Amino acid sequence: MRIVNHPILTFEKGREVEFTFNNKKMKGYEGEPIAAALHANGVRVLSHSKNLHRNRGFYCAIGNCSSCLMTVNGEPNVRVCTEKLMEGMVIETQNGRGDLK
Amino acid sequence: MRKTEIAVIGGGPAGLMAALAAAEMGANVTLIDRNSRLGGQLVKQTHMFFGSEKEYASVRGIDIGKILASEVMKNPKITTMLDSTVIGYYPDDGVLGVEIEEKKFVKIKPEKVIVATGASEKFLPFKNNDLPGIYGAGAVQTLMNEHGVVPGKNVLMVGAGNIGLIVSYQLMQAGVNVKAIIDAAPKIGGYLVHASKVARLGIPILTSHTVKAAYADQLTGALERAVIWQLDEKWQPIPGTEKVLQVDVMCISVGLSPLAEILWQAGCKMKYVPQLGGHVALRNENMETSVPGIYVAGDVAGVEEASSAMIEGRLAGLNAAKSLGYDNGTYAEKREEALKQLESLRSGPVGEKIRQGLAQLVS
Repeated sequence: MRIVNHPILTFEKGREVEFTFNNKKMKGYEGEPIAAALHANGVRVLSHSKNLHRNRGFYCAIGNCSSCLMTVNGEPNVRVCTEKLMEGMVIETQNGRGDLK
Repeated sequence: MRKTEIAVIGGGPAGLMAALAAAEMGANVTLIDRNSRLGGQLVKQTHMFFGSEKEYASVRGIDIGKILASEVMKNPKITTMLDSTVIGYYPDDGVLGVEIEEKKFVKIKPEKVIVATGASEKFLPFKNNDLPGIYGAGAVQTLMNEHGVVPGKNVLMVGAGNIGLIVSYQLMQAGVNVKAIIDAAPKIGGYLVHASKVARLGIPILTSHTVKAAYADQLTGALERAVIWQLDEKWQPIPGTEKVLQVDVMCISVGLSPLAEILWQAGCKMKYVPQLGGHVALRNENMETSVPGIYVAGDVAGVEEASSAMIEGRLAGLNAAKSLGYDNGTYAEKREEALKQLESLRSGPVGEKIRQGLAQLVS
């Protein structure tokens, strides 16, 4: 959910763009972190642990902890808490470690 | 290979002040930050700062970040590299490896390095502590204050230190309900002024309480409820005191630990100091580590808070510049002043823990 009125802050947003999350169309703002856009769309489960496949969300939100790795435009292990959202991005839940191209 | 006189790693409160102080003495500085904007974690601090006027008391953190960043950007002696992550330090030839935009790798050879990389949030062990919906308190602050997205509807805050109290207040400001703040310690760790603010909003603060377990919503797979329980005077849980809280968000605010990878790579002598958050570099009063020419400032030098980080940054910047022979005649006076300010910030009962920590570190 997005904050509409805040007593102290105003939020500068990029233009509205479309992206897909596991083939589902969603909207977000260009330049915001992918994780923020997903969260605003109600998506909190971002990845799964490698061995036990437990659900994972983000933890630190500033690129330190690697809890939020996803596949973005085919590239695995992207930290979506810092990676910026762009028009038409294809964002997918990652299975396993991902392959290097 | 690029060359610079002083490389400052990290553009938060400590790094910004370090760059400005070194440039003020006459040195050429390269400031490197992995984000696309300067300010570090100041960008999400909507509360007003304490401390002295010099460290912007009564100014909100976000505004301090903007002021310092704009001073840095217009200073001709400072080159700023944004979206650039220092990924290695090669001690044999004193070279920094930096990943810049577009995944390009460049090498920089500085004469002096100031490491101001900050800290990361600690974690807490309990059953199902890895569920989505359990976030660092600072992470929620980033999501909410920087990106304008709320984390959920009902929050359990774990930790009644300053971050836990401040973020609870900010959650309520953003329209999110904070059900309770709990802390394992028998008393509130944060400043009374912050505790009073959340108490006035009606948020219960339960001391001597910790998390027993977290449980997921079957449908969404994310946090749905938390079980907390009370601790006795020996910090042992008391069976039968369990309470269930329906929360979709839990914020963990149990301290920070220094992001010291570069210092390890550089071979700096490190020491585990619990009062300062973890492993920190041994250093002298001028903020120089055991490796000559490598300085530290801010949370990486010992987790404290933004006002002292700014002064440490200033001190590191002054001394790094001085060691290169730069002195516009004000060095001695400014160094003395910074040391005095740090002493005053760390005085009194609130600074006790920091004083104990630094006593193990500073030669």
